[in-house]
Amino acid sequence: MAAVTLLEARGLTRHFGGLKAVDGVDFTLAEGEIHALIGPNGAGKTTFVSLLCGRIPVQSGSIRFDGADITRMPAHRRVRRGIAYTFQITQVFANLTVFDNVALAVQRRGGHLAEETQAALSRVGLAERAGQIAGTLSYGHQRVLEIAMGLALQPRLLILDEPTQGLANAEIETFKDLVRQIVPETTVLLIEHNMDVVMDLAQRITVLNFGEVLATGTPEAIRANPAVQAAYLGG
Amino acid sequence: MSAGARIWALHLAALALLAAGGVLLPAYHLTNFAKVMVLATYAMGYNIAFGYTGLLSLGHALFFGAGLYGAGMLVQHAGAAAGPAAIAGLLAGGAMAGVVGLLALRTQGVAFMIVTLMFAQAGYLTILYNTAWTRGDEGIVIAREARVLLGFDLSADLPRYFAAFALFAAGLVLKLWLVRSPSGRVMIALRENEERSRMLGYDPYARKLAALVISGLYAGAAGAAYGLLFGYVGASLASTQYSILPLLWVLLGGAGTVLGPFVGALLMFYLIDYSSAVTTASLLVVGVALVLLVLFAPKGILGTLRERWLKWLP
Repeated sequence: MAAVTLLEARGLTRHFGGLKAVDGVDFTLAEGEIHALIGPNGAGKTTFVSLLCGRIPVQSGSIRFDGADITRMPAHRRVRRGIAYTFQITQVFANLTVFDNVALAVQRRGGHLAEETQAALSRVGLAERAGQIAGTLSYGHQRVLEIAMGLALQPRLLILDEPTQGLANAEIETFKDLVRQIVPETTVLLIEHNMDVVMDLAQRITVLNFGEVLATGTPEAIRANPAVQAAYLGG
Repeated sequence: MSAGARIWALHLAALALLAAGGVLLPAYHLTNFAKVMVLATYAMGYNIAFGYTGLLSLGHALFFGAGLYGAGMLVQHAGAAAGPAAIAGLLAGGAMAGVVGLLALRTQGVAFMIVTLMFAQAGYLTILYNTAWTRGDEGIVIAREARVLLGFDLSADLPRYFAAFALFAAGLVLKLWLVRSPSGRVMIALRENEERSRMLGYDPYARKLAALVISGLYAGAAGAAYGLLFGYVGASLASTQYSILPLLWVLLGGAGTVLGPFVGALLMFYLIDYSSAVTTASLLVVGVALVLLVLFAPKGILGTLRERWLKWLP
């Protein structure tokens, strides 16, 4: 596959005191792929994607996105370039309506507010609840709203941090359909603990362990990798 | 009626009532209401920063004072007319908020409160000590001849009332439009969750600075109007007390509501007015009122109304 590289990280490092949360990670994302990031708790997955989207400043190393160096770019400008991040711990605007939550994403890129907001809500099945206060939604619906906000940005790269955590099985199926629909226009980087979701969706998987890349490859290759089995898959 | 039409109808009706008040109110209340409308304009500006954007400033007296002295000193030293003086006051408030914001907005929360408080205190002392320019403690009395706008004598009851009303009405309409606009939605988003807003592509620093400058323009305009309508520009009006007062008015009326600052300023004004006729401990009455508010309606009067019944209230 002669894919175009959308994002490339070289020697990415972030230490917190003595803790090497992310330690010299090389990483590439091909345009249009679904790439899963897995690893044991504390492996540095969230820190790593936080470096990519700019929530945490990079200590050393570099990030290129769509041909440009974004290593020092503030997070809000990376969003404008097309990197969207959905939070691991749901961070919807709890006191605003569902409509306003998504409208905030739509209006930022100058979309047609009412129409596109409703369209984004319909896509995730929340159209009926547009007027509801987001904080009163069920947990599952809040997760879905969080994803809708990411989608409404129409990003080039959507980073999903444990999106299926706390979702019911039926909701997980809907989620998987949703992700399949948005590629290849949007590239998806997925942190996920649910192995069924990973194996089902991902075209490539990167395994992090102690802040370093343990392996990268297709789901089959990762499943067969003895180092990965030892560290993570409970082999 | 659509939600938008209902909202505009309510606020325009409130303005119509106030306009009618100019004809119906007796002279004593005419002066009071003029003062309340000017102070409510100041409080509306405070509410844009605090109630909508979540910036708890303790230094707004500096912006109010910039408006007061921007207008007052121009009249005093350059013999300016009321119109240019008012515009100078407006701009002085906005510029001061911009300068303070550039530095203070590098901090958040309690640090922001302290930094703004210190800037305001420095401003207050500057006014107090530069007697050649500000006449220090005594303050500047703006002569009656200078208080004429478009041919109206602003020291007379009726023109003063309607000048205050025009300022308040402009401020209210602008604010209602602002908070219901996409920019207003971003301000509220920053108040609710700054990190999430950033990850939607909004620059928190720039947006908060813009909100603070708008807030400063309101404070500046109100300060200038206060000086020109009531003829006095004094350091006490730029003291810490005048940073706390708009906060109290906004909390009383309802933070993050468009009409709340007016309701709060009006109630507080008359609470002090009536209680001081009965007792010298009028501030105690105010204190009790605030305690009751915190206990039974922590979101303020209109905030509580909105929570319970009027969910559509902006």
